[in-house]
Amino acid sequence: MIEIINLCKSFGNQKVLDNVNLTINTGETTVIIGRSGCGKSVLLKHIIGLMKPDSGQIFIDGKDITKLYGKALNETRMKFGMLFQNSALFDSLPVWANVAFSMLEHTTRTRPAIMHRVRECLGFVGLEGVEDLKPAALSGGMRKRVGLARCIAFKPEIILYDEPTTGLDPIMADSINTLIRGLHDKLKITSVAVTHDMTSAYKMADKVAMLYGGKIIAVGTPEEVKNTKNPIVKQFIYGEAEGPITRNT
Amino acid sequence: MLKIKKWLVALGNGAIEFLRYIGSLTVFLSEIAFWLFHPPLRVKQVIRQAEKIGVSSLPIVTLISLFTGMVLALQSAYQMQKIQAEMYIASLVALSMIRELGPVLTALIVAGRCGAAITAEIGAMKVTEQIDALETLATNPINYLVVPKFWALLFSLTVLTVYSAFVGILGGYIVGVYKLHIPHHMYMKMTFEPLTQSDMRNGLYKSVVFAIVICVISSFEGMRTQGGAEGVGKATTSSVVRSFVLIIACDCLLTAFMYFFGR
Repeated sequence: MIEIINLCKSFGNQKVLDNVNLTINTGETTVIIGRSGCGKSVLLKHIIGLMKPDSGQIFIDGKDITKLYGKALNETRMKFGMLFQNSALFDSLPVWANVAFSMLEHTTRTRPAIMHRVRECLGFVGLEGVEDLKPAALSGGMRKRVGLARCIAFKPEIILYDEPTTGLDPIMADSINTLIRGLHDKLKITSVAVTHDMTSAYKMADKVAMLYGGKIIAVGTPEEVKNTKNPIVKQFIYGEAEGPITRNT
Repeated sequence: MLKIKKWLVALGNGAIEFLRYIGSLTVFLSEIAFWLFHPPLRVKQVIRQAEKIGVSSLPIVTLISLFTGMVLALQSAYQMQKIQAEMYIASLVALSMIRELGPVLTALIVAGRCGAAITAEIGAMKVTEQIDALETLATNPINYLVVPKFWALLFSLTVLTVYSAFVGILGGYIVGVYKLHIPHHMYMKMTFEPLTQSDMRNGLYKSVVFAIVICVISSFEGMRTQGGAEGVGKATTSSVVRSFVLIIACDCLLTAFMYFFGR
């Protein structure tokens, strides 16, 4: 379980996260929605300990990750997988080494065992025969899939997705959404995704939370969010140019 | 009055920025020191980096050192011939190459060629979130990226410095023996006779310090890159300029230190 309590973060005078409170249950897929630049990715980076908050706590299965450093932080990070917006594959390594990275770094598994797992993970995301290619030779969708394969290779308990469908065509975006949903259904992984793509959000989410003005202003099932009376949430999910969000900015 | 106030504020901000930079650099250096002897020791990566830094720098180091040795011999010949002291050209070239020009020229070449490449590589990784990805995969970026480059630079720069001094002396020999007609045995005698162990040791000490400077500055500038491709370009320029300035400053300090204490 992930518990975010009174999380605050400012960059200079700009308060990006202002007393954020959110609970993400084990095995649940939570999608955090919000406008570009509202602090969704910052929140995600706090959850995995890439950023330290000004104040507040984030408990990962009872351990406050904001207080962890060095070895203890890495031990907690082993529970995570993270899919970055632009996949963040290591350019200098071939696809197989990208997928096998955690196994090569943190285990003493034999090369055949590692390659078996690599093929298994690439097969899971629908990629075969690309093991020896460099990331530069892959399309955007393929890179996302390799990124996803890298996420699941070490059998994480929690996966974080940063804008998983940004920059993809609608068909590829849907296949990524299906893959993410499949991961949740088959492997029962806890997932947190941030996106501003509502089609993705509805397809992936068990729970949707909206971040606005540095705070979580609405939490509910996709159905509850669709039927919300909150004018800010309504304007965002229906993508209207006129409304309280644009009036306030 | 307002102008003076503005000027003082700008000066204060500059000073704070400078102190912040030095502080961050010191923390970064201490992190490298911590990870230097911390497993895993990535021997394969060190060898690969040493090949990239050392072997591929050989042609340019050869060319520059050879020409420097030749130019040094030719330039000194003007003065030496006036007092019929041509035979001292050999000693001048050897001492200059071993104590000063070998270490400094090699360090400047490696900083320009490999330091820039290190900054560009790490900077590009930073702006494309690959450094963040390393951290999420429970791998320390300094241990994975910087430490192998540190060992490779230390080894390569030391070897290249010795090689550069040798090639420079060879350049001087070509001019001295074939153009100025100094006898071969005389040139060799005057090259090696004035050399002491401390000359060679001091040259190597310098190359060790320069390797540390190049590694720390180029990696640090890469790690703090921001703002996409433009940011990578800025970081690379800043890395080369700062490395050059620090190499020359360290050379001055080390030479002074060795002059007073190292003889």
